[in-house]
Amino acid sequence: MAETHNLQDLQHQAAVASKVYVQRDYNSGTICRFQTKFPSELESRVDRQQFEETIQTLNNLYAEAEKIGGKSYLEGCLACMTAYTIFLCMETHYEKVLKKIARFIKEQNEKIYAPLGLLLTDPIERGLRVVEITIFEDRSIGSGR
Amino acid sequence: MSAVMMTRKVRKWEKLPGKNTFCCDGRVMMARQKGVFYLTLFLIVGTCSLFFAFECPYLAIHLSPAIPVFAILLFFFVMAMLLRTSFSDPGVLPRALPEEATFIEMEIEATNGNVPAGQRPPPRIRNVQINGQIVKLKYCYTCKIFRPPRASHCSICDNCVDRFDHHCPWVGNCVGKRNYRYFYLFTLSLSLLTIYIFTFNIVHVVMRSVNSGFMKTLQDTPGT
Repeated sequence: MAETHNLQDLQHQAAVASKVYVQRDYNSGTICRFQTKFPSELESRVDRQQFEETIQTLNNLYAEAEKIGGKSYLEGCLACMTAYTIFLCMETHYEKVLKKIARFIKEQNEKIYAPLGLLLTDPIERGLRVVEITIFEDRSIGSGR
Repeated sequence: MSAVMMTRKVRKWEKLPGKNTFCCDGRVMMARQKGVFYLTLFLIVGTCSLFFAFECPYLAIHLSPAIPVFAILLFFFVMAMLLRTSFSDPGVLPRALPEEATFIEMEIEATNGNVPAGQRPPPRIRNVQINGQIVKLKYCYTCKIFRPPRASHCSICDNCVDRFDHHCPWVGNCVGKRNYRYFYLFTLSLSLLTIYIFTFNIVHVVMRSVNSGFMKTLQDTPGT
């Protein structure tokens, strides 16, 4: 759905300085993980610990989405028996966790990153390839120039 | 007085640069050439309706009513899987936005260094380590991204698809990560349905032949 984020609306008025991309971490296989390495461009903007914690939580959420257990097995069997028509009524476990991730990113943006002039984009918008971080120009009013 | 225009929100599928067609407000996503898909539909529906019209009354009475019931269930399953495969998104990777494309270009320049004009640029490859093995990720010139492992670009739909298997004209769509399960179940259930109908055709012809001779049977039941 092309629903524009409220923060994005506000911050389009601020100039976009640059974008940083956090790539996928394939070291543990093809599961969805992002590199927790701190990008140098964010050095002056955000606390390293905070950023790594955000990415780590994101990784944990994706691991939870892709987890195969008894519940997902039952869900799959039930769906197969109903010729997948049951997904017209209910959501898959993966979709539920994706919504949870979207809420998490929105909350992180509102609480932590927007006040610092940053915006995290949900990786699903980029095909789970990168986490895009938009850095907005620092327009401090009392810059005295 | 400022006139506030309530512009309609532009949906993502309307802006998608690939060669897909969309229906039902973006719920249905197919490739452009749909001719073979209609043929598939016609073949499946046609064969099954002949079976239901000509064989099932005889089989229901002389053998068991469970036979047409199971055939109907199997037919609905096959159709559901076919429609699910044809209409769903195979796992199209969104193309890189201009900023990301420039970022990747700069990264490629940095790795390759300066190439004198006139020489072919080296192939754009990114090496990643997956579980200790080095895997080369190829760069897609159309989508301007480094393709994730097992992704491939479909030239018919003009999209990069994650875990791309093939573009199936019979189904009218690519088969990729997000619709592989439905495609596999479709082929499996269709094989089952074909074998089922064929078996009961034979049973039907044999049973009738026993009663009234082979040639007369063929005359009585052209639908078989």
